[in-house]
Amino acid sequence: MKLQINTSLALYSVLEFASDPTRHISAAEIAEKYDVSPHHLAKVLSELARAGVVESVRGVGGGYRFAGNARRLTLMDVIEMFEELSLPESDRRDAGDLTPVGRALGVVLSEIDEIAKATFSSITFATMLRLIERQQRGVTPAPARGPDRAQAIARSGVQSPPIVPPEPGRRPRTASFAKRS
Amino acid sequence: MATARTTQPAAGGAGKTREPVPREPAASAAIRPVRRGDLDQIIALDARVTGLEKRSYWQSLYRRYGLPAQAERQFLVAAAEGRVVGFVIGEVRDWEFGSPPCGWVFAIDVQPDSRLAGIGTNLLEAICAGFRRAGVRKVRTMLSRDNNLILSFFRSQGMMAGPFIPLEMELEH
Repeated sequence: MKLQINTSLALYSVLEFASDPTRHISAAEIAEKYDVSPHHLAKVLSELARAGVVESVRGVGGGYRFAGNARRLTLMDVIEMFEELSLPESDRRDAGDLTPVGRALGVVLSEIDEIAKATFSSITFATMLRLIERQQRGVTPAPARGPDRAQAIARSGVQSPPIVPPEPGRRPRTASFAKRS
Repeated sequence: MATARTTQPAAGGAGKTREPVPREPAASAAIRPVRRGDLDQIIALDARVTGLEKRSYWQSLYRRYGLPAQAERQFLVAAAEGRVVGFVIGEVRDWEFGSPPCGWVFAIDVQPDSRLAGIGTNLLEAICAGFRRAGVRKVRTMLSRDNNLILSFFRSQGMMAGPFIPLEMELEH
């Protein structure tokens, strides 16, 4: 999965600000660190300021500082400022979507949509900062990519019924990572 | 299985939000194995959060996980000033779904008015310590993806998505 450039810049920026809420950071400093255009970044920061995530600082030094609550602000809160993770029902109905094949594919894409949203919505910036710290210390495990070899060898174990509440029914939806207009 | 609440604040909401004030210092809530006398408070806690009183269910859980004390099964409570303010339940499971032995947490809950004080964190740390003593080096859990509060809590503790995908289907008549 790849986020759009503005979304990525927004996430990088918020993480920089949230890592030290007392510090003023200029757009130029962040632009240099991530090797992006300061002009491009300024537009992203302006959007974040409009949403109250950061606030501009007047006076000597200037720049921006974090204005949010890292324990409550989630990745999803920022992502949805810059892109749609799925289009509303009415925006994605074309002839193919209404066929049995289209509806079946929609069920699959909807599954991906829901997992992506649940993931982004459950990770606060405070949690991200801890994740970054663990990465820097080299203790974060690699993302899950499948059972390891030991599991593959021992796959025949007895299976217990999962202990989980039933999922509510889901309507099929199309996965689409379209830019917000 | 009860999908429980946690001590962590709900994620969401951009912009300025005041940092919530902790209600009760974590240090004053002691973590210990469950006792029979705790059951009424646990049932009440669960009923308050879920809206359902499941007395026979909790009595069954107590019989299975509360006694006798076993390294592989744990039912711990957080108690403060004689009151149960939280609990966590889990066990070591061997080779299920193709996984080497690992610890599973399948219930955790904290009284709503005792949250934001690190009690959920302490409960999880205590049960993980028990899993380590039992010889396992991984802990897992499973919960509804709609349960953003609990999902956020586990992620704040360092948990990430595992390599398993729960699947389901309706059984046709």
